[in-house]
Formats: sequence, C-alpha cells, structure tokens
Amino acid sequence: MLSQTYTVIHPSGFHARPTKLFVHAATQFPCKVNLIKGTKKVNGKSSLGLLALGLAKGDEVTLEVDGEREEEALKELGAMLTKIYEE
Amino acid sequence: MTNTFRGVAASPGIAIAKAFRFTNTRHVPQKQTISDADAEAGRFRQAVEKAKGEIEEIRQLTETRLGAQKAEIFEAHLFLLEDPDLVDAVLDKVNDEKLNAEYALHEVTEAVVEMLMELDNEMVRERAADVKDISGRLMSHLLGKPYATLTGISEETIILAEDLTPSDTAQLDLNYIRGFVTEIGSRTSHSAIMARSLELPAVVGAGAVSASVADGTLIILDAVEGQVIVDPSEEVLAEYREKKQRYDERREQLKLLAQQPSVSADGVHVELAANIGSIEDLMKVLENGADGVGLFRTEFIYMGRNSFPSEEEQYQIYKHVLEKLDGKRVVIRTLDIGGDKELPYLELPKESNPFLGLRALRLCLEREDLFRTQLRALLRASTSGKLNIMFPMIAVLSELREAKRILGEERAKLEQEGIAVSDAIEVGMMIEIPAAALNADHFAKEVDFFSIGTNDLIQYTMAADRMNESVAYLYQPYHPSILRLVNMVIKAGERAGIWTGMCGEMAGDQTAIPLLLGMGLNEFSMSASSVLPARELVGRLSKQEWASLSEQALTMGTQEEVQQFVEQRSQI
Repeated sequence: MLSQTYTVIHPSGFHARPTKLFVHAATQFPCKVNLIKGTKKVNGKSSLGLLALGLAKGDEVTLEVDGEREEEALKELGAMLTKIYEE
Repeated sequence: MTNTFRGVAASPGIAIAKAFRFTNTRHVPQKQTISDADAEAGRFRQAVEKAKGEIEEIRQLTETRLGAQKAEIFEAHLFLLEDPDLVDAVLDKVNDEKLNAEYALHEVTEAVVEMLMELDNEMVRERAADVKDISGRLMSHLLGKPYATLTGISEETIILAEDLTPSDTAQLDLNYIRGFVTEIGSRTSHSAIMARSLELPAVVGAGAVSASVADGTLIILDAVEGQVIVDPSEEVLAEYREKKQRYDERREQLKLLAQQPSVSADGVHVELAANIGSIEDLMKVLENGADGVGLFRTEFIYMGRNSFPSEEEQYQIYKHVLEKLDGKRVVIRTLDIGGDKELPYLELPKESNPFLGLRALRLCLEREDLFRTQLRALLRASTSGKLNIMFPMIAVLSELREAKRILGEERAKLEQEGIAVSDAIEVGMMIEIPAAALNADHFAKEVDFFSIGTNDLIQYTMAADRMNESVAYLYQPYHPSILRLVNMVIKAGERAGIWTGMCGEMAGDQTAIPLLLGMGLNEFSMSASSVLPARELVGRLSKQEWASLSEQALTMGTQEEVQQFVEQRSQI
C-alpha cells in the first residue's frame, strides 16, 4: 500500500468536474483507491464518496492506493488532486 | 393585489410575463418485502439504463446549446448512475434486505442527500440537487410515470418552482421562458449557474413564492434588485417596461463594447487591462473584454493559509491564468507582502513603520528562498502565454539589478535542467516610490516596461498614510505634483522606447483617464468592472487634443483646478 498527502488548489474545491475526472481516472486502475480527509475515509472510485469529503481549496487530503499498479495510480491520481481545472 | 418577494439576484436581467408554477412531486414509496430479489434488481437496473438514455439526450441538447463544458454536468450525472455508493447500495438493499427497489432507492437517496447537506460547503451541498434529480428520474421509471419536464411550454412564461434541477434548467425552452424564480437555492446552485450562461434573468431563494401565486398571474422579475413583483399596478408595470428596455439596451451596448479594441477618437490604441488577486477574478476579466491582466497581485496566493505555497502550486496558478488569457498580456507582480499585508507564518519582526520598512521586493531580496521559488514557478509557466514579470517597491537601481540577477540565475538553472522557458518574457518594475519616479530615466534603460502604482506613489509623495482617516484629504490623485511625477515617468519610458502602464485606482478613474491618455500612458489597469466604461470614454477622447490639455494641467497649482479643468473639457 502506498499513500501520500496533497493540498487542493482548485479554487472552488472538488465539485462536478474535478470529481468526475478523478473518479474516471481512478476507475481505470485495478487497485483500491481511498481518499482520507481528517477522520473521513471514502472510496475514490465513487463521485459521491468524493463529494462527501467536501474537498475545498487549501484542504489536505491523503491518497491511499493498494493493489495492482498502485505506483502508477499514486502518481497519476496524486497529480489530479493538486491541479486547477477549467470550470 | 400587488405582492413583492425578495430573493437573491442570481442572473441579472428584467423579465415581465405570466407565471407558471412547476412542480415535480416527490414520491415517498411504501416499504415492501419482496420475494424475487433477482427480478427486483433487474427492474432497478432497467430503470438505470432508461435514465442513462434520457440523460444522454439532455447532455447532447446542452452541448449543442451551451457547449461541451456546460454539458459536463450531465456526464457527471451519467457517472452517478454508475456510482457504487448509489447504484450498488440500492442493489445491496434489494438483495440483502429483500426491499422493493422504490423503497431501497428512497432510503439510499435520503442517506446520500443527508450526508451531502451536512457538509460545511455550499457548493457540495448544491450537489445534493444532482442526486435528487437522478433519484427522481429513477423513481419515475420504477413507477412507470413520466418525469415532469418543462419542455411543453408554449407561451411567454416566468417559471416559479421550489427548485429547478440541472436537467430542468437544461431543457428550458428559451423561445418562451423569460426567467425563473426558485424558493430555495443560492448564487452557486446549478440552476443559477445555468441561468447566467443562458443569460436568463433569475431570482433564487425567494421563499414561499410559488405557493401563493396562481398560474397565469402577471409578474415582474427584477433580477437586478433581486425582487419579484406579483400582479403589479399599471404604474409599476409601465415603469418596469421602461426599465427593462433601458437595461437590455445598455447590456447590448456593453456587450458590443467588450469585443471592440481600445482606441481613442483619433485612432490611438491603448491597453485597458484588469487587476486580479486570484484566479476567481478571471471570469470578470474575460466577460468585460479586458485587453489583458495589468496586475496580478500574487500575495493573495500566500495569504489565508498556514504555510508557503509550493513551487508546483504556484506554477499551476500562473499557468492557468496565462492560458485563460490566451495570448493577451499578463503582468504578474512578485510577492508584495509587508506594509498593511501581513503573513503570520513568515514571522516578521514588528516594525514601527511597516509602510517604510522591509516590504515587497526588499523582503524578497532578504528572503531569497521565497523569491527564488516564485521566480521558478513564473519562469516555468512562461511558455503558456504572454508573461510579464514585475518587481514592486524599487527605490534604487541596485535593487532592480539584484532582482534581475536572481531571475537570470533561476532561468539558467531551469534551462540546465532541460525545462523550457519563454524568451519573450518582459521584465518590468513598479514605480511607486518618488525616488524611482525621479530617476526613471536610468531605470528605463534596464527594464522592458514601467507600471505606475498610484496608491503608494500618492501616499509616499504626500507623506500621508492612506489608512489614516485624519489625513485622508491628502489623497489627491489629480494633484499637479502627482501628475508631474507620472508625466516624468511616461516621458522617460517614451525616450527609452519602453511602454508605461498604470495599475492603481487612478488608472480607471474617469477624471484621470483623459490626462493620462494625453500624457501618453500606454496601458491602464483597473478593476474589471471599470474596463468597459473606460473603453467608452477613451473612444470619445482625442489623444492629440489631450496632449496639450494635459500640459496645461501640469502647470496648475492645486488638485481642484485640475479637476475643474478636466471636467469642463471632457464634456465637449
């Protein structure tokens, strides 16, 4: 299992668009993808799960990947947590 | 009888039409125990597939109407229909608890909506509307009833509803629908966002409007002031018809102006740019047709947090701004902290005179690590657009040279690492300290541009703290001593063949603009909302005429004389 913590910089936080893109990317990986903010842990392959985290600009979020192709997933999904999206 | 409701003006405009109440009743199903879980699960899967087909149609409709970006919300809806926390959760309830699909869906939806509503974030709470929308559609399919839509309306109408779902809003027929009012919702709700892109007047969060208004009642939707006038008197109606006409004309006029170049009456091009503090401000910059960004105050990236923003974070922000401006000039000012802007985590010692102390570039030269991180991020972003880098608070040449030396070092390092850096970056400085203005001749030989920061220039020239109300009378932007300094800087720039801009309040000021144009200022950077009025004004002014008028103004002794002179002359 691998994990790393990122800071969200997208100004309006993780809503429709970033969430959709993230979940889409996450479902391409066979490994388990979890996101953790504070005490809340959700399935990174569920957009509802992601919304439930309520990720806002400046929030720290930990990405946890476990299983096949986890290294690749950490790199690709991690970058998606700390970028700015067109909205 | 006339009745007025207040709400939030979510999408500006004025509409006058008959009311139509739109309701999509929520069905609360009975809890039943089923025997054939497989068949029940199959029924639910079928509903999901039907819903997917419909949403795909709405998605395509929205794409044709508003473009791919606005249609993405429905891709998100399609996604929800595959979401394990929604679909699998319902199927689990059907299989494990032997619940009927309707009730399982109801329970899962309630739980998800409740979870989203608990969050301390308005934008996320609004997404609960997406879940309700999807769930309502699924429920209709399970029950074999049509999901009510707004597609059938065929006369001029203002819609009243408790709330409009994303799919309702996407299907509004703009041939007949003139606006809408919702009882709940905010400026960031999906329906509000849609209304703005459709340019459809909308008031949201108006409370219990729809219940008390009968269909067919005439209403005025004033989405400028955020009010709804039900059954207005003839007098009010006439007043609003006129108001609406004026509003629509003005809006058209400004929209046209937003696409036009900034040119004086005698054909001289200038740049009318906008000031921004964060990427949230970009929308207004683009909407108002600014010629570029004349000042990006990067300190706001550093404020309101507990640690320094990383190089990568800053790079993403700068790159985003440059891309959004799509080749138009973007002047990014390096960190201007100190003075009235503090950073708790920087732990700077208290100074008795912060405005005259270790601030802006002075601080960056002291804390080179900070400065270098920002410069690297800027240089890396430079290939994404037309980047100009600007150093604030320079008093003497050695400061400029030191800043340029560090910038050069960082560029060399990046190039060694094989990272591309644009070779078209312009490097300039702010002129906000009188010493720099007086020495502008020398500075002009070593920079690509000047930008005059009038707020500080006035404060330092008048020796009057702009935060101190007792000396507020000394804030005199049109005072001849300020104008002479400004003129000196512009002329020094002209002689050296570089351009001069201005990024203080004064650049968007209707009294100052004629004088500045006359003196030969090339770029005016102001708040985005001032750009169009400024463009209108510049279009009426002759630069040649104001060149001699501004010379006259420079010989005057008081601000009052200058002000009177400009006001008389610019009315012609």
